Amino acid sequence: MGYPHPSHPRETVVLSKHFGDPGARTFDGWVQRGGYQAIRQALGMGRDALIELVKASGLRGRGGAGFPTGLKWSFMPKDDGKPHYLVCNADESEPGTFKDREIMRWTPHQLIEGCLIEAFAIGAERVYIFVRGEFTELFPILGRALEEAYANNAVGRNIFGSQTSVDIVVHRGAGAYICGEETALLNALEGKRGNPRIKPPFPAQAGAFGMPTTVNNVETLAAVPHIVLRGADWYKGLCLGSPKSTGTKLFSVCGHVQRPGNYELTMGFPMKDLIFDLAGGMRPGRTLKAVIPGGSSVPILTAGEVEGTLLDYESIAEKGSMLGSGGMIVMDDSTDMVKTIWRYVKFYAHESCAQCTQCREGTAWTAKILERILAGQGREGDLQLLLDLAENMTGKTICVLSDSCAAPVVSGIRKFRHEFEAYISRSRAPALAAV
Amino acid sequence: MSHSAAAGHGAPAEHDPVFTGALRARLDALGANYPTRQALLLPALWMVQEARGWVSEPAIAEVAEVLGLTPAYVKGVLTFYTMYHTHPVGRHFVQVCTTSPCGLCGAEETLQAILRETGCGELGATSPDGRFTVVEVECLGACGFATPVIIDEDFIESVTPERVPGILARYQ
Repeated sequence: MGYPHPSHPRETVVLSKHFGDPGARTFDGWVQRGGYQAIRQALGMGRDALIELVKASGLRGRGGAGFPTGLKWSFMPKDDGKPHYLVCNADESEPGTFKDREIMRWTPHQLIEGCLIEAFAIGAERVYIFVRGEFTELFPILGRALEEAYANNAVGRNIFGSQTSVDIVVHRGAGAYICGEETALLNALEGKRGNPRIKPPFPAQAGAFGMPTTVNNVETLAAVPHIVLRGADWYKGLCLGSPKSTGTKLFSVCGHVQRPGNYELTMGFPMKDLIFDLAGGMRPGRTLKAVIPGGSSVPILTAGEVEGTLLDYESIAEKGSMLGSGGMIVMDDSTDMVKTIWRYVKFYAHESCAQCTQCREGTAWTAKILERILAGQGREGDLQLLLDLAENMTGKTICVLSDSCAAPVVSGIRKFRHEFEAYISRSRAPALAAV
Repeated sequence: MSHSAAAGHGAPAEHDPVFTGALRARLDALGANYPTRQALLLPALWMVQEARGWVSEPAIAEVAEVLGLTPAYVKGVLTFYTMYHTHPVGRHFVQVCTTSPCGLCGAEETLQAILRETGCGELGATSPDGRFTVVEVECLGACGFATPVIIDEDFIESVTPERVPGILARYQ
């Protein structure tokens, strides 16, 4: 079952199998649907074997960066005598992305089981699930699921009668996009302002409370029980394009399509088919203009570039953009690109933590210049000025928020320059008339 | 969002402590989940807001005292996050997403309908009857269900201008 509409026959339904089914939310309901088998199996496998399994599956981080998950787990020190932490990044705030919310909303035990398996693999006795504060309906759902999991000895001391103990704590964020950046999230968890930290040290060396920590996205963790049960070869075999992109991925489709929602697809599925077949294509009489394929932080693709692009890390990178979080924002020919890009920039200007000068100043000035252009007061050198600013905002800061703001500006000006120029030339017209 | 109403200077108002009895016990019990007392800061600020509706200067001082931090530090953290209220708000707090994906799907029209129907008129303002405060927020992570609106603790999807009067009627 899908949500908000039934699954499409071309989907590969693994993580989303029980979306829309409230019976899957209870502990008993989840067990009836095959839940909590994978953790029992994992406990019998041993830590090294588990990490090797996840490495062999090819699973990559689903939060946006696409870093190999098993490799990340292997960075955790062994037998160092320190407490280890697993932090689940449930701070889903990337514009265009709304998949983790559905995983937690319908299948909280799927996430809990993934957390337990990873906690065992990295030797963590405590897990923090950091949920963005705005996801109000998730707190009672997760709270109830954890209560039931504790009552059934799935979480807590000696889980399922084993020597392994794992506590899981839900920590509520309080409104800040930047806390989706893992080190900013750790600061928020510790009761600090959510400023990203300089790396190194990486979280595996010194993460939460200075201890070895792994931070993983909700969707990444939800995939783990399935890999344990069905094996690395099965997961690796879910691949229609590059062999470096394996498994299924939830793609959130929004904007100007007829059937927005989440679609679970095998990696390498054609982007065009997702937009036009599964998501129902454009509204009547409209044509596709552009797509932002991986959440708002990645460069814009034109309709032409969508042709032949596959939904995997490598194919989208070849087109100069990124798979990111898999949040696809679809825009039809009615879209004013200047106005739309300005609204993204306004988002980043609002969400900058203001720690780095290039970001604090760059996001704010980019927004101001775009506002000036939209207000009919654009100047001839404004586009070059925006590109210069963007260059200074890229690759120069502690985290990538600044780069993320520059991406739609640079790709927007490069691909839709005439729209910017039209605003600027229109603004010059009255001045000439007044002479 | 306007912060002009923030309480600040002058003689401190009489402060009725938040962390006594059951709430103090709840906070201390939460402490078992974290290796530091400081990690209770976000949860403590949430508890203040739940109990009092907003986080006042005396409440900041109380949180600092309870957690062994300075008031300046607490205020620095408090003001980093957008969901804590540093001044009183209406009985119902309305957050409307207007980030680009929702913007493409009519968020601006929904926002205008909400401002009109609530009588708030402008962003950040409280309606004259004290019933609503309306703010614009960045991406609520429900872009496929444009436009999402949060009223108090209710997350409402697919809000269109036509649905606004019926939804608001549920919040008196």
